[in-house]
Amino acid sequence: MPNGTPVIFEAKALSKTFGNGIHKLKAVDEVSFKIHEQEVVSIVGESGCGKTVLAKLLLRLEKPTSGDLLFRGKSLLKDRDYLSYWRQVQTVFQDPFSAFNQFYTIRSQLKSSFHLLETQVSDREMEQRVDEALLAVNIKPNEIEGKYPFELSGGQMQRMLLARVFILRPKVLIADEPTSMVDASSRSSILDYLLKLKQELNMTIVFITHDIGLAYYISDSIYIMHHGKLIEQGTPDDVMLHPKDIVTRKLLEDIPQLHKSWIPRGGTHESAS
Amino acid sequence: MTEPILRVNNLSLYYLTRFNEKVKAVDGVSFDLNQGQILGIAGESGCGKSTLVNGCMGLTIPPLFHGEGEVAIDGENLVGMTIEENRFKILGRKICMIPQGALNSLNPTRRIKDLAMDMMVSHGENADKKEIAERLRERFFKIGLQADKVLEAFPVELPAGTKQRVVIGISTLLNPRVVIADEPTSALDVSTQKAVIKLLFDLMEAEIIGSMIFITHELPLLRHVASHIAIMYAGQFVEVGTTQQVVFESCHPYTKALMGAMLSAEVGQRHRKPVYLEGAPPNLKNEIQGCRFAERCPSARPNCKSIFPPLRPVAGRQVRCAYA
Amino acid sequence: MLISLLKNPAFILGMGLFIGTLALAIFPPLFMNLDTINRVGPPFQPPSSQFFLGTDQMGLDMFAILVAGLKSSLYAGFLAGIIATTLGTLIGVYGGYKGGLVDDLLTSATNIFLVIPNLIVLILLSASIKDGRSLTLISVIIGCTTWTWTARAVRAQSASLRSRDHVNLARINGFGTFTIVMKHILPYLLSYVFMVFILQTASGILAEASISMLGLGPYDTVSLGKILYESKKSEALIDGAWWAFVPAMVLITVMVFALYVINTSMESVFNPRLRK
Repeated sequence: MPNGTPVIFEAKALSKTFGNGIHKLKAVDEVSFKIHEQEVVSIVGESGCGKTVLAKLLLRLEKPTSGDLLFRGKSLLKDRDYLSYWRQVQTVFQDPFSAFNQFYTIRSQLKSSFHLLETQVSDREMEQRVDEALLAVNIKPNEIEGKYPFELSGGQMQRMLLARVFILRPKVLIADEPTSMVDASSRSSILDYLLKLKQELNMTIVFITHDIGLAYYISDSIYIMHHGKLIEQGTPDDVMLHPKDIVTRKLLEDIPQLHKSWIPRGGTHESAS
Repeated sequence: MTEPILRVNNLSLYYLTRFNEKVKAVDGVSFDLNQGQILGIAGESGCGKSTLVNGCMGLTIPPLFHGEGEVAIDGENLVGMTIEENRFKILGRKICMIPQGALNSLNPTRRIKDLAMDMMVSHGENADKKEIAERLRERFFKIGLQADKVLEAFPVELPAGTKQRVVIGISTLLNPRVVIADEPTSALDVSTQKAVIKLLFDLMEAEIIGSMIFITHELPLLRHVASHIAIMYAGQFVEVGTTQQVVFESCHPYTKALMGAMLSAEVGQRHRKPVYLEGAPPNLKNEIQGCRFAERCPSARPNCKSIFPPLRPVAGRQVRCAYA
Repeated sequence: MLISLLKNPAFILGMGLFIGTLALAIFPPLFMNLDTINRVGPPFQPPSSQFFLGTDQMGLDMFAILVAGLKSSLYAGFLAGIIATTLGTLIGVYGGYKGGLVDDLLTSATNIFLVIPNLIVLILLSASIKDGRSLTLISVIIGCTTWTWTARAVRAQSASLRSRDHVNLARINGFGTFTIVMKHILPYLLSYVFMVFILQTASGILAEASISMLGLGPYDTVSLGKILYESKKSEALIDGAWWAFVPAMVLITVMVFALYVINTSMESVFNPRLRK
């Protein structure tokens, strides 16, 4: 990021502990970082490393047990104004089916997003903006007319989550594994929409994923998390070519990559015939 | 050349929905699996790969029905076998499956040694109990498990990686000729995945496993595991060849799209924009004229929708495209 | 899913039994002349073709009394069931969703009510209300003291729903607790709450019967429990007048059994993990 770009998120020894006594679990362990405006940051780690909890902390769906999180320079510890925060920071979830209520039509749930906005919008404008958002993710409004979540496909539902972001136009998007439940061939369309959103709205994106290939492709910076700690930060090439932490190095070694050998084998198999 | 272990010939399988509609989930699939081969099957969800492997095991239980074709393992035809015959002669012995999420399929109320015993007994192994116990210990030891500790444990007491090994150990106790692994490592972290795949390789090397069918979404993983790859789309194989051919020299437009959609964490890959495919696979309830991929194919020609392309040899492998 | 419920043998059995008892409470008064006030014969007459269950200790038509008692018991059960379910659900769902201090307070309150033996409370309350101890009042008291089990069960469900993505989404859409509980939590609990209601009704029937058997029942109507009380008081057993208490016992048992069976069958249909 060019120097002088303002910092949008600053975490100072941010921690989140669950449970008490013998069952205490430090899900996020003294994590510190600075994310700049319009940066695309990927937080990468195996399942259980704490990245989802960190996402919830950034979304203020959980309160940190210690440490501080600053948004645009202001500490969020004592802040009570959630609404104006959520007008600027939004999310897309991993599982689009569990992200929506199964009892209401998908269109009405998209319309309910308007509840967050400061200025109340007329019904007609609401319908219009929902239509626009649907077209922006390549869905014709009549495709989802009167339909409930279970009547749509996984790919369509994932795009509903994106349409919601189009409606809300936040400054920051926390994307929690948005492509892990999607086939490889549809994955890139989701990434495309995200990047399109980023361009149009000058968004900052925090991408949570376990897929380092994905992170490598899309990010300006990669953060690697392991057992709650942030063990590596840097540009994608830095992290891939010059990993500083031994855990990162092992991780990179263990990932199957297209052009590198992975498991040494004796004899019988591999290409041939 | 020796006989193939598994021979599938023009296999078609269909589902009957609640409204009695026929969904042809597998349509005219043929392949041979030889000793020492690992066949990778790749394709979008819904392409029929899970149905195909059920068919390969002879498990055509309603609502899944056998349409046409044969499946023969070591020369013995599986089609038309009753469930009991299948269980005693084929499952576990000749062919076994390690399904997705297998580590969660271990009965939590029984010890590992009892689960293994159950498996042997239910597949008709009538050997002496002491002998079985000894075989178990030996085998578990061989696959790198602390046999004494693990056999006495309950599944909850074991970490994920150990559980996956246990599942592999129990499934392969009777030295199956074919192992079908359906996303065996998708729930595991990267280092455990490596260890589990290495275990499977070692078992093949030691000829405890005869051959393997490996299904996964992760293409880099497939590239390293499979010796041959079949790409499946809408119930049919669209490209079948060696790993080198299918991954690095793809011919069929769908294969090219799949390989193009891969995001690999390698230097130089950052600026290669991944390919993406619009739309979705066709609904298999309807009879489809012509090429099933024509709707979404970036290089489709006008008559692709009306002419049905058979699987034909192109550049040393099989491709289902008239213009590849 | 509803279709598989209707085909479930346990459900059919339970429903059949329960509808049978309902029919017994509703139809005879419409087609027969059931007099519960005037004597129709000498006391403890055995069943005859004219009076199906003979007469009670005062010479009244036992069948008429039974039907009237059945109606009251059903009324008491349902009323207590509705009150207990509503109270328990509201307390449970709110505490489960909010968590923290609110949850701690509500759970403590629930635990206090849980620990106090319901029957003792019922007895004490009933005994202290000498006048005006109507069936409705008793049902209300039962409802207000037996909601604890529901509250605990619903709280657990609500707490687990709280962490679901769609609830989080509603939160970051800026919706408040009330809306979220009503629109995003309660609908997911409906089938569970319905099953709970069935159990609460069953326990309401039993509670009313217990209270009435002790002589602390309603003064204004007859109920199945009261029938049992009267028969004990007038020593019907010694006189061999089984028709004075056996039918009432059977009806209570059948109703409660039917409701439990319906509940179990619903559980196996709604909870997929219990299916074979």
